Amino acid sequence: MDLHLTGDRPTPEEKAAVDFELGGAPESVWQGGAPDVEADTRSANGGNQKAESQRHLLLPVLHAIQNRIGWISPGAMNYTALRLDVPPAEVYGVASFYGMFSLQPRPAVVAHVCDDIACMTRGSEELCDRLDTRLGPENLPCAGGRAMWMRSNCLGLCERAPAVLVVKAGQKPQQRVLAPATTDRVQSMINDAANDVMPAAPDVLNPQLSVPQEGSPKLVLLRRVGKNNAPELDGYQRLGGYEALHKAFDLGPEGVLREMNASKLLGRGGAAFPAAKKWEALHMQRDLLKANPGRKHYLICNADESEPGTFKDRIVMEGDPFAVLEGMTIAALATGAERGYIYLRGEYPLAGQRLAAAIEAARWEGFLGQNILGSGLRFDIELRRGAGAYICGEETALFNSIEGHRGEPRNKPPFPTQAGLFRQPTVVNNVETLINVPLIINQGGAAYARIGTDSSTGPRLFCLCGHVDRPGIYEAPMGTTLRQLLTMAGGVAGTGRLQAILLGGAAGTFVSPKEIDVPLTFEGTRAIGATLGSGVVMLLDDSIDLKRILLRIAAFFRHETCGQCVPCRVGVVRQQEALLRLVDNRPMGSKADELVMLKEMAQAMRDASICGLGQTAASALESALQRWNVFA
Amino acid sequence: MKQTMPAPSQAAEQELAPTPLQPIPPGPVPQAPPPRERRMIGITIDGQPVSVPEGSTILEAARKIGIDTPTLCFLESLTPVNVCRVCVVEMEGSRTLVPACSRKVEPKMAIKTDSERVRLSRKMVLEFLASSVDVSTAPQFAGYMERYDAKPERFGRNADTVEQPIKIDNDLYVRDYSKCILCYKCVEACGVDAQNTFAIAVSGRGFSASIATEFQVPLPDSACVYCGNCIGVCPTGALMFKSEYDMRHAGTWDESRQQQTTTICPYCGVGCNLTVHEQDGEIVKVTSPLDHSVTHGNLCIKGRFGWQFVQIEPAEKQE
Repeated sequence: MDLHLTGDRPTPEEKAAVDFELGGAPESVWQGGAPDVEADTRSANGGNQKAESQRHLLLPVLHAIQNRIGWISPGAMNYTALRLDVPPAEVYGVASFYGMFSLQPRPAVVAHVCDDIACMTRGSEELCDRLDTRLGPENLPCAGGRAMWMRSNCLGLCERAPAVLVVKAGQKPQQRVLAPATTDRVQSMINDAANDVMPAAPDVLNPQLSVPQEGSPKLVLLRRVGKNNAPELDGYQRLGGYEALHKAFDLGPEGVLREMNASKLLGRGGAAFPAAKKWEALHMQRDLLKANPGRKHYLICNADESEPGTFKDRIVMEGDPFAVLEGMTIAALATGAERGYIYLRGEYPLAGQRLAAAIEAARWEGFLGQNILGSGLRFDIELRRGAGAYICGEETALFNSIEGHRGEPRNKPPFPTQAGLFRQPTVVNNVETLINVPLIINQGGAAYARIGTDSSTGPRLFCLCGHVDRPGIYEAPMGTTLRQLLTMAGGVAGTGRLQAILLGGAAGTFVSPKEIDVPLTFEGTRAIGATLGSGVVMLLDDSIDLKRILLRIAAFFRHETCGQCVPCRVGVVRQQEALLRLVDNRPMGSKADELVMLKEMAQAMRDASICGLGQTAASALESALQRWNVFA
Repeated sequence: MKQTMPAPSQAAEQELAPTPLQPIPPGPVPQAPPPRERRMIGITIDGQPVSVPEGSTILEAARKIGIDTPTLCFLESLTPVNVCRVCVVEMEGSRTLVPACSRKVEPKMAIKTDSERVRLSRKMVLEFLASSVDVSTAPQFAGYMERYDAKPERFGRNADTVEQPIKIDNDLYVRDYSKCILCYKCVEACGVDAQNTFAIAVSGRGFSASIATEFQVPLPDSACVYCGNCIGVCPTGALMFKSEYDMRHAGTWDESRQQQTTTICPYCGVGCNLTVHEQDGEIVKVTSPLDHSVTHGNLCIKGRFGWQFVQIEPAEKQE
């Protein structure tokens, strides 16, 4: 393809970053190598097929440049275009889509300071104010021009709010979490990083801060999380790991599906779709798979956890990474997928390290690879990192992101099980869904289904955050009431007087203290017009101005809409504008007029948006308006 | 040749397609196999039964029975992207509305195209667009807005817009992204749906997403080949002939004084159809009919822009 590049050239460092990611220098002048007249005039190294086969490397390459240089220049994008044979306009389109990429020069050290709803309840505004005084305004260089700080959407560290993520670009890029963060700690971390003396000690999972139930014999999903040796293969096996995989081999694909069906496991990512149905859809296509060498089945673990207030998947991946791999391997057996991807949220450094190490160890010991444990099963997993886009947690946007396109959702049908990643049949499961799989295989689907209620089976992870006494990840059987859960977590913190509870995050719903006896099941929450969503239970005491929370949620959606379809792209903007007018008490017409308009917008977004983001962008607001006279 | 290939049976040999090595057999000209019979699918739209071939869209079925469905990002010659959502219809059993332009018919579908929900969503989409984008040169908008009683002004004068400076960086066409509704048509026409040049793509995210060349460079620095096929598909006038733009600017653009003549491009042997738009004896722009079986409305730089010579009078005739 004639890429028609502009004159911007890459620096040697940018070139090195790209070449390192792609495993070496380019072979031909067509990919940006040194001209070699002999070789280059006699063979065509490009071609559409090769181009298509490389495009999926676009996001990893952009990450490599961002991590090494701290921003992505036109010259670096040109070189990327050349190496991958992707038109430069499309490289730019993809790079400009993701929040973690900067296309303008910026300091190598950036502190992302979460000011989202969970952190708001724990002093993030005050933190930002003090940083503003001490370091100067956000988005401007500080520490001698070598660092800057900026506000960020939820970083998924809500149990340790307020949270800060310090990212340092360079030869050895680093990501360091500060949570709970204090102004002093942020300032000294920024200064250390700017002076290249960032502490080398990695972040650790501290069960005391994150897993309050640690050590309780009742735990099943979390039984290993927080144990020191669980993230190692030996330790995992000593703690009962990989027993289920052996059992699954005995059961065979049909047996596994039988147990999964009996378990009635519903997906834990938010949409509550029966997990076994997805697996079966792929299993039923096994004859086509065998007959066509070009056909592939894919399995994706959706670890792009970005719903404000949600952090359960992060803790599971940090504390028990092999459980995710084991769940995926069993899923591979049942679905015929030989390739799996874990699409990990870009802002999760420790989870990324733990998963990468676990995959490596599993390959070494034959738990992944060409012939897993001699069973004949062929399956391997690749870890992919997101780059700061909430929308990529939507499964079809996730496919586009892996394929090297902009993370825009696709229209359904076709459904992922028909045409998903690379247009092949694909199963997408959430992290929590997958760690339920070994449990189901170990104890049998029927026994599993006896946990919880008839239509919401199994244990569930909840993310307790906000004004709660002991924030953290909690495991409880489905059907536990909100009141019981709050008691487990020590009750309301802050003023001690509960004003509201946000269930399911920004895309979820508010419930009032009067509804505290709702059983936490899919059907129980639905009955009161709420949702379990991703398991967020965020408490807000009566010192909180609900209007500010609603405004923050509106700002979140405005920042995160991909911009593809009109109802969502413009709807989230108009919604934010109307909210601002109401909060400032200067409505257009009467307040009632504004509320009618908000209601109409909400309906159009819910009815006409392409994906779940637009369809739920107004649901928290609507649920609040139904319960309280917020703008009295 | 004969030796290395398994000997085909007499009948099979008859069916082999002619190639340079396989001459056209004497006798009657071989017939193309008949098109695969497409199953007819019966659905109901607004209570009216209609039957269309398998693979048709709801939009096609609706058009077949004369139901007019508004569309903005849809064009017959492009892959549907279903992003504008103005064509949404209500489908029985579906939680959300579905886009008529891309949703394929399935047996026994029951569709409503004018329900309360449909009308509200269409109205909101039009209001969202007209309040954030300059739709003054979008021919379809006024009619749609009247039909759905859209009142974009109700979002107030301070409603955020996509306004940005107009881009005039070449002599052939103007890009005014303040008029862009982000329908993706130009990107598709520049890419695999027609031109395969990939000079433009959607960049940025959310409300600030916009169509751009790489790093927002001026068009002459990009891969653009000036085929103008993006202008041909733009539904709002965001992409416009420089000639039209200049006349509109000078206040001399008047479509009522224009005549359209369809002719054949004089340049090469492909034979693309040109529709020449003429005002006051001067060519003001050139389009191409979408339904042309070869080019589907696409042209190259010569056909689209190479007509000035027609209007250049020789200084004096040489005897």
